[in-house]
Amino acid sequence: MNKTPDAPDSARRMILKCAVAGGLAGLGISGSAVLSSAYANADAKDWPQEAFKQKSEADVLKSLYGKTAEASDKVNLDAPEIAENGAVVPIAVSSTLPNVTGIAILVLENPFTLAAAYKIPEGTTASVSNRLKMAKTTKVVAVVESGGKLYSATKEVKVTVGGCGG
Amino acid sequence: MASTIRVRAVASGDSTEVQSLIQHPMDSGFVKDSKGQIIPAHHIEVVQFEHGGKTVFTAQWGPAVSKDPYLKFSFKGAKKGDDLKVSWVDNKGASDSLVAKIQ
Repeated sequence: MNKTPDAPDSARRMILKCAVAGGLAGLGISGSAVLSSAYANADAKDWPQEAFKQKSEADVLKSLYGKTAEASDKVNLDAPEIAENGAVVPIAVSSTLPNVTGIAILVLENPFTLAAAYKIPEGTTASVSNRLKMAKTTKVVAVVESGGKLYSATKEVKVTVGGCGG
Repeated sequence: MASTIRVRAVASGDSTEVQSLIQHPMDSGFVKDSKGQIIPAHHIEVVQFEHGGKTVFTAQWGPAVSKDPYLKFSFKGAKKGDDLKVSWVDNKGASDSLVAKIQ
């Protein structure tokens, strides 16, 4: 007796099949047509809802990690001095600290302070590049969780055209 | 329907550099439309990358991540030809995933 796949699984298989057929080979990608059940999907339960509601650095870090951060020159924050477009500000964070398990990026003048957080399992490099929205000229704080403690670096980014559409 | 996820993963020695670009409006919930009404927040919440059955990177994003979000990170232990799975879920419960080959 054949088991009928659940509707979401069928949808996912269709999406993957279309992705393969859609000629992603141009990007050097070959989508695997096999949906291995060993792979789990991104889960909304992993989203730290409370941390994303906080409006101060201290509250974000308390909510996310339960600690406070100390400044460290081993946290490298790459941020432009002036952002021409506040809707797309390239920010990169890396660290030479050992045993890094997390990176968080805070934009202090944004309506919600936490912009993004990353979980770094063992074997993954302590480095991330992303692009963030900034409402106005602001301090950006990069926080790295290493060996159970938090370390941070701060830079000010001048924003000429705000990223919130205003 | 094409995937919203585009990934380039390149192995160099023991390290694989991953760049991803995901199509998504990432509406912050603070912007008004032409009628003056707020466009509700619609953004990716979690992006997960897996290799060899293990999670190698997890992104937790808020509304401040830019539209069509770009991401770059590196991890060790993979080689050319391995599979890398990328999946995301947003605040409306929509999701997408893709399995890419590491080059």
